[in-house]
Formats: sequence, structure tokens, C-alpha cells
Amino acid sequence: MRLELSAEDAAFREEMRTFFTTQVPQEIRDAVASRRELSKDDIVRSQRILNAAGLAVPGWTVEWGGRDWTPLQRHIWHEEMQRACVPIPLAFNASMVGPVIATFGSQEQKERFLPPTANLDIWWSQGFSEPDAGSDLASLRTTAVRQGDEWVVNGQKTWTTLGQHGDWIFCLVRTDPDAPKKQQGISFLLVDMTSPGVTVRPIQLIDGGHEVNEVWFEDVRVPAANLVGEENKGWDYAKFLLGNERVGVAPVGQTKRVLAQAKEWARAGGVLDDPLVAAQFADLENDLLALELTALRVVAHSADGKPHPASSVLKLKGTVLQQAVSELVVDIAGPASLASGATADESDVDDWARVATPAYLNLRKASIYGGSNEVQRQIIARTILGL
Amino acid sequence: MNFEYDDEQEALRDSVKALLGKAYGDFEQRRKAVDADPGFDDSTWRRLAELGVLGLPFAEESGGMGAGPVEVSLVAEEVGRVLAPEPFLATVVLAGGLVEAAGSDEQKAAVLGPLAEGESVVAFAHLEPGGRWSPTATAVTATSSGDGWALDGVKEPVPHGARADVLVVSAALPSGGTGLFLVDPAGTERSGYAVHDGSRAARVTFSGTAATPLGDGGDATATIATALDRTRIAACHQALGAMSFQLGATTSYLTSRKQFGVTLNTFQALTFRAADMYVSLELARSLTLWATLVSIAGSPEEIADAAARASLQVSKASRHIGQEAIQLHGGIGMTAEYAVGHYTSHLTALEHWLGDGRFHLSTLASCIGDHDEVDPIP
Repeated sequence: MRLELSAEDAAFREEMRTFFTTQVPQEIRDAVASRRELSKDDIVRSQRILNAAGLAVPGWTVEWGGRDWTPLQRHIWHEEMQRACVPIPLAFNASMVGPVIATFGSQEQKERFLPPTANLDIWWSQGFSEPDAGSDLASLRTTAVRQGDEWVVNGQKTWTTLGQHGDWIFCLVRTDPDAPKKQQGISFLLVDMTSPGVTVRPIQLIDGGHEVNEVWFEDVRVPAANLVGEENKGWDYAKFLLGNERVGVAPVGQTKRVLAQAKEWARAGGVLDDPLVAAQFADLENDLLALELTALRVVAHSADGKPHPASSVLKLKGTVLQQAVSELVVDIAGPASLASGATADESDVDDWARVATPAYLNLRKASIYGGSNEVQRQIIARTILGL
Repeated sequence: MNFEYDDEQEALRDSVKALLGKAYGDFEQRRKAVDADPGFDDSTWRRLAELGVLGLPFAEESGGMGAGPVEVSLVAEEVGRVLAPEPFLATVVLAGGLVEAAGSDEQKAAVLGPLAEGESVVAFAHLEPGGRWSPTATAVTATSSGDGWALDGVKEPVPHGARADVLVVSAALPSGGTGLFLVDPAGTERSGYAVHDGSRAARVTFSGTAATPLGDGGDATATIATALDRTRIAACHQALGAMSFQLGATTSYLTSRKQFGVTLNTFQALTFRAADMYVSLELARSLTLWATLVSIAGSPEEIADAAARASLQVSKASRHIGQEAIQLHGGIGMTAEYAVGHYTSHLTALEHWLGDGRFHLSTLASCIGDHDEVDPIP
């Protein structure tokens, strides 16, 4: 039992801290710090800087730009990035489709897609959920029918985050409607979003923003070579992908940072002296500390590659705390939060207070995506508790 | 960074688990032990001594094993798992810890030797009627005359105060501050009683009772505070052991109890609540393990902070898990013959002996502006 980082890991942490706070443009980090929406260009620019330094896709195999880091080092990388207000590499590229192609793709697919995926030359979108396939993802109905050297895709995907920026979309499609189990007839297909028949339609959300989309496929022709791995094995690849998604999905560092900022905002507004507010800070800070330590326990013990049983706790509690902190920020903003529709020119209210409620409303999504928190409870009850 | 126990620590856990499992694996044995005074089993106490558990944290010169907080935490967790009524925390960790921290070499040898050998029970008389969880004393006062010190006033509740062979007593000093004294209980008036969780406590009245300053005498407030903090961290482990048992008992019950012709785990309304109990337990475990590691080499301030944080998390978890364990069992969880409710009773006692969640939250809230964020890694 030992709390201290090894000398090697301590040096690693310092190296990450220095890089993130000196090499990523200040204006991008300021935008993250004030919780402003990042432009596509900001996200691309930041990821390319990381990629040039070998810091965009450390989780991939070394051959394709990954780093031979321990799980603890990867955790430190992830936390320090959030701490320094550096945008996390686009998840669809870095932690979803990239690892799937690197693990299950053909050599041609790896050579064609992995370098531009790491560098965000290709912006990937995720085509998983459908109107009738949410938590029950395997009931998806978008079909791909083989015609010669092509797949013909028809159907509708939804909740496609940032699909308006997407160049390519990785989709789960039904390739065998007669499979005995619905999980068995699904394949993993890469689709160029400029293909004829692909239509992206925005979905307005309660925070007023345009973050997610519907994507329609009408007789979209996709080269057969774009199917990843084996036909009808797509469900296995999706489970692999979602397993990766869950681990990074508890943004401890980011939530800690917002809570620390919120303390400043509360102090400036004179509400930190309110004992009820102070107690709420203390309670959230303690819960976050417990969560961070749980994450450290998980990474310190996951050296054999198998996920630690407590990892479902991370998604569940991590999103709950992320939401709770965003809720506290709205309370600290108080009446100033009503200036949510104003631009900086139109209002004397600080940036953070104007975005407080949209951010709070937006983050209600966190307990829904990536396997809703009810799905996480199901996983804990079944797999860990044997219920 | 490493959160794994080493082989020696695992071996210690295994032997303590085996010993206590044999004694109290059958909950009826525990009920028998707490039914009669002194509220625990003398033979189990002696066997713990033979294993070295009662001298675990004391230096070898004092007759102990020279082990650290991690070893203490393992024992506490196993004590909690079977709800062993032997006063490991009160006697070894707290009262013994104070003697180890403040006593002279002669006092350590005289008090800790017999304690480690299971021949003497030592109790810390500190809490006072009307008081809360302060490290200071006001109701019991110390006065010095030519031939020594005398104490006056009332301490209550004193855990295991009626059974104790030696009392460590905190008292207000004439010059201000709080001193620590060794007292022969023969010079006191004691009325012992049972606590709701089967443990024992007492009112101890001092009337010009002769007392010997522990160590050099003088203000011992800081020593008391740190000893309480170390005990709080160990108590968090004891609670973890108890909560682990409750979660295990609850999941077993859900998979075996049938209603409406099916086992209860068929009902998601119940299994989701068990999942939430697991979340509470794991978060509490993470913070408690961390606090233990901080206490190995931390400053008194760092130990106080870690103890408050772990205690707050464990308070929330123990109320959540303790209450849900009874609810998910239904009526059987309310009965004295069934174990699970006794665990809730014990978790409640543990927290109110050493400081409840609100107390710790208040401490943490009062210094919330002193730091931007908490970095758990030194």
C-alpha cells in the first residue's frame, strides 16, 4: 500500500502538466475554462497539437500512434488534460472508432483511416442509436443489403453528436435480419457522409444549442471494403467500443476544475459565506475525492486489461456529480443566470453565469448517454452483485 | 501508487478473519456474548492477544508488534464484518494509542504490556454529559496538591468504562488546556450499562480521585485530537467490514426470498437499490483506504483532514446501506434474532461515539475557502 506516485509517474505527471499548460493555445484553454462552446476549428487545432506530440491517441496500439503507458499513466494524461482546460481528443475518433479499426480492421483500413483519425483530418460521427433502439441498442433496424461489391444502407440514426461536422460515420447496421438472436445479425460499417442519400438534420435541445442530429440513409451505397472485421460480428465490436467509452466517461478532472472555479464565483458573489452553500461545496468536494480515488483504484488494478468491477461506479457517480456541480453553479449565479440568451455585448453578466443554466440543462444528457445510469445499475446488480 | 495489501498483511487478515469467524460466524454466538457483562467474550479477547492483535500498533519496546495503520485497518474491518464485540477500537486503538503517544516509557510498559497480553482492559474516559466531539475536557477538572493530582466531575458515556482495569482520563487543567491522566478505577464510582448495539458504556464519577499525569503532563489537546482522528479512520474500516456484510446479506436474501412465486431479485425496484448500496460502499472504501495511507506519514493536520473526509463519506454510506439493508429484508430485518439490523445499530453507535457526518461536514465546510481543490496524491 502506497499513496505516492513512483518517481517515474511523478515525472510523467509533471511532463504532461507542462505540455498541456504551455503548448495548447491559451485562447482555446480560456474558452474551455469559461465553458464557452468550442468551434470545430478549436477542437481540430487542439487535437493536432496533441497528435504531433504523440498525445492524442495513447490508448491505441503503439504501431498506430499509441503509447506503451500503464493504465495509471493514461489516467494521469486524461486528468492533467482536463485540469489544464485542454479539450479531450474527439471521443468518436480517439476512443471509439480508432480502437475498433486498430483492433478489428483490415490492414488497408488501418492504413487508410488511422492516421487521419488520430489527426482529426477525418471527423467521425457515431451511428448507433435509432429512434426505437436506445438502451436496447441491439433492436436497431437500419439495414445494409449486399449488392455486388457494395452495401446498400437504409434507415435512420439519431442522437448523432456533432454530426454536423462529420466527414465519416461509423454505423451499426443489420446485415442478417434472420439471425436467431438480434445481436447476431449486426455489422460495423464505415460510411462517407458525403455519399448520396445521407442527410443530416439538426435536433434542437433544451439548452438552445445544436449538438445532436438525426442522420438518414436512403439507398446509400457503401463499398464492401468499408465493413470492419467480420460480417455479423458488429455487436462484439460495439461492446468493445462501449467498454472503452465507459472508462473515460467519468470526467473527474473536469468536474473538479468546475467546482474549484465555482468556489471563486461563489466567493466573488459573496455566497461562499452562506453555511449551506459552504456545506454543499464540502459535500460535493468530498464525493468527488471519493470518486477520484475510486478511479485511481480502478486504474491501479486494471493492469491485466480486464475492467475493474468498480468501473461502472465511475460512470454512474461521475455523471451524477458532474450534474450536481453544474446545478450548484446555477444556484451561485442566481438571478444572473437569466441572462442566458444574451451575448457578451448585450449583458453585464459574466460569461460563466450566462452559460450556467444552458450547461446545467445540457448535462442532463450525461446520465443518459454511454449506457444510461439505469443500465449501469443493471450491470452492477447483475455482474457484480449476482442479482 | 498501490492499493494492494502485501502477503504479510493478507496473512494477518486471514488469521484474524479465521479467529473471529470461528467465534462469531454464527450470529447466535455474538448475541450470547453481548447478553452478559462485560459485553464481550474473554476467551476471544485472549485469543486476539495470542495472535498479537491487542498490541498491534504499539512499539515493540512497549510490548507491541510495531505495526502501522494498514494492519490496524485490516483488523478493524474484520471486527466489523462479524460485529465482534471485543473493544479493539476503544481499548487498543484509542486508549492504548493515547498511552503510546503520550506516556512515559514506564507507563507504556506498565499499561500497554498487560493490554497487549489481554490481561488488562484500558478505556478512555473523555466524553462528557452535554458535550459533543471536542478534543478538550471541561466537566472533569484536575487539581494538584502537594502529593499529586486529583480529578473531580463526571465522564459519560465511557465506552467499556465499567469493565476497564485502567482509565485514561482527560481533564481540564488549572492552567488551561486539557491534560491526560492515568486513573485506577477503584477510586471512581462507575455505573455501567448496555449500548443499543450490544456494546457497553458507563458513567464514571470522580470525587477527588487520585490521578497520575500521562507522560510529562501539560496540555494534551493535540495528542487527543490526533488519537481520535486515527481511531476515526480505523472506525471507518470497521464500518466498511460491517457494510460489506450487510450488502452481502442483502444480495443473498434477494436471490433466495420468494414472493409472488419468484425470488425478489426479479424486481428491478429492489436490485437497483442494491446497486446503489454497492456504489456507496465502494466510494466509502476508496476514501477510507486513502485516509489510512495519509495517516501513515501525514502531519496531524493532514490526518485530521483525511479522518474528517473518510468519516463523512462513511457516515453517508453507513446510513444509506444500514437503512436499505433493513428495508430490502423487510420484517425479518427488524428482528433481534437476525443479524442485519444489529449492524445498522452498530454503525449508528460507531458514528455517534466518534463524530457524526454533520460534525465532519461542518468542519470541512468551515475551511472550504482555504483551498481551490483537493489533490489526493502527495
